[in-house]
Amino acid sequence: MPEPSIETFSLTLLDGSKRYLIPSPELHMKPLIAYGFEKIFQITHVFRRDERGPRHLPEFSLLEWYRTGATYRKLMEDCEDLVGRAAMAVKKEGFAAPLDISRPFERIPIREAFMKSAGWDPGPDPDPERFDFDLVTQVEPSLSRTRPVFLYDYPAALASLARLKNDDPNVSERAELYLGGIEIANGFTELTDHDEQSRRFREDSRLRKKLGLSEYPWPKDFLQALMHMPPCAGMALGIDRLVMVLTGAQAIDDVVSFVEG
Amino acid sequence: MYTASDLRKGLKIVLDGQPYIVSDFEFSKPGKGQALYRCKLKNMVTGYTMDRTYRSGDKFEPANLDELHMQFLYKDAEGFHFMDTVKFDQVALSEEQVGDAKNFLKENMEVDVLFFDGNPISISLPIFVELLVTWAEPGIKGDTATGATKPVTLETGHVIQVPLFIEQGEILKIDTRTGQYVERVKK
Repeated sequence: MPEPSIETFSLTLLDGSKRYLIPSPELHMKPLIAYGFEKIFQITHVFRRDERGPRHLPEFSLLEWYRTGATYRKLMEDCEDLVGRAAMAVKKEGFAAPLDISRPFERIPIREAFMKSAGWDPGPDPDPERFDFDLVTQVEPSLSRTRPVFLYDYPAALASLARLKNDDPNVSERAELYLGGIEIANGFTELTDHDEQSRRFREDSRLRKKLGLSEYPWPKDFLQALMHMPPCAGMALGIDRLVMVLTGAQAIDDVVSFVEG
Repeated sequence: MYTASDLRKGLKIVLDGQPYIVSDFEFSKPGKGQALYRCKLKNMVTGYTMDRTYRSGDKFEPANLDELHMQFLYKDAEGFHFMDTVKFDQVALSEEQVGDAKNFLKENMEVDVLFFDGNPISISLPIFVELLVTWAEPGIKGDTATGATKPVTLETGHVIQVPLFIEQGEILKIDTRTGQYVERVKK
């Protein structure tokens, strides 16, 4: 997938052909939805190069799930269920992170969060550099450390694989869950329009080229499957980060068995 | 040149002509966004700390720093004078550059002097130094368990808190990182 902000690990097989470790299971799960599965989930390790820090591992555990006939609103409820149950289970084990997991979780349109914390309206097509910079330095630090928060309705230009909102094409139906001020999950009402997705991929490929990044193979099979995909919504949740926040760990290294470097 | 991905704790770089050390560092990246590098930077001359956030493409000049083991000679109107014990070169640092280290600095003490682009900017003392008590109130015998303290004056003129049994003329071992009394040195 030609995402401009994710670098993959590539391998060369004995016959000289190139393969990639998955940075996300998305490309392989959506075709299953197209084949007729209605509710699917997967817990898998995913791999992202050049990402390392107290909240980043180049190999981490991701839970990804899809529901047909649902939108991102249902995904947010899924998150409330899942985080609530996980928090209870962790509490039973004797961990007591200072969190208030009561429902409903706070929901803030990202436009509102930007206006309040960064002082500007990102609109439908913000400068991605400025957006990310202010998101990390202004918006995220202003989020509650003790209550879960959803940021939702992202600018249309940052939709990636999300569907635009029917009644407001300036924003996409994308939501991110923050817990303890840390990004835990990202999901959206999936874009099922083959032509629109191809157009966005072409744009992303151009951007990768402009940034001097390697070219990824064109996701032909994925785009093919999209033609048969029913309306659905999918979410990806970082399991290590969830465990980290619920147990009150300070670094992601503290919740995985083996870390390098 | 360094790039943002070289940033890590302890890296020394130049910003606006001043040497900085990265005192805290965090990699940050929105899942669908670009990598950002959040740093706390400590100015190696003034000690002032600031927060900065950098992007992947940002570049930094490495700080040209050297450390020389030198001996403290004396203090005069010009400042504090140190000598390279091998080459006998001398340099002077201002009182501001020497900073709190002056409280525990005595003649002939060997310290590390930090140079930026060839100019001395700061000194670091040995972790432990031994200094003479030049003034203390008479001790109170037998009162060692209460944890009570009293002020004494060191040969540098600096005053520190010590246990009540310390007497004038004794030599104390002091931790220069905390500025606190460690123990009495038997001579």
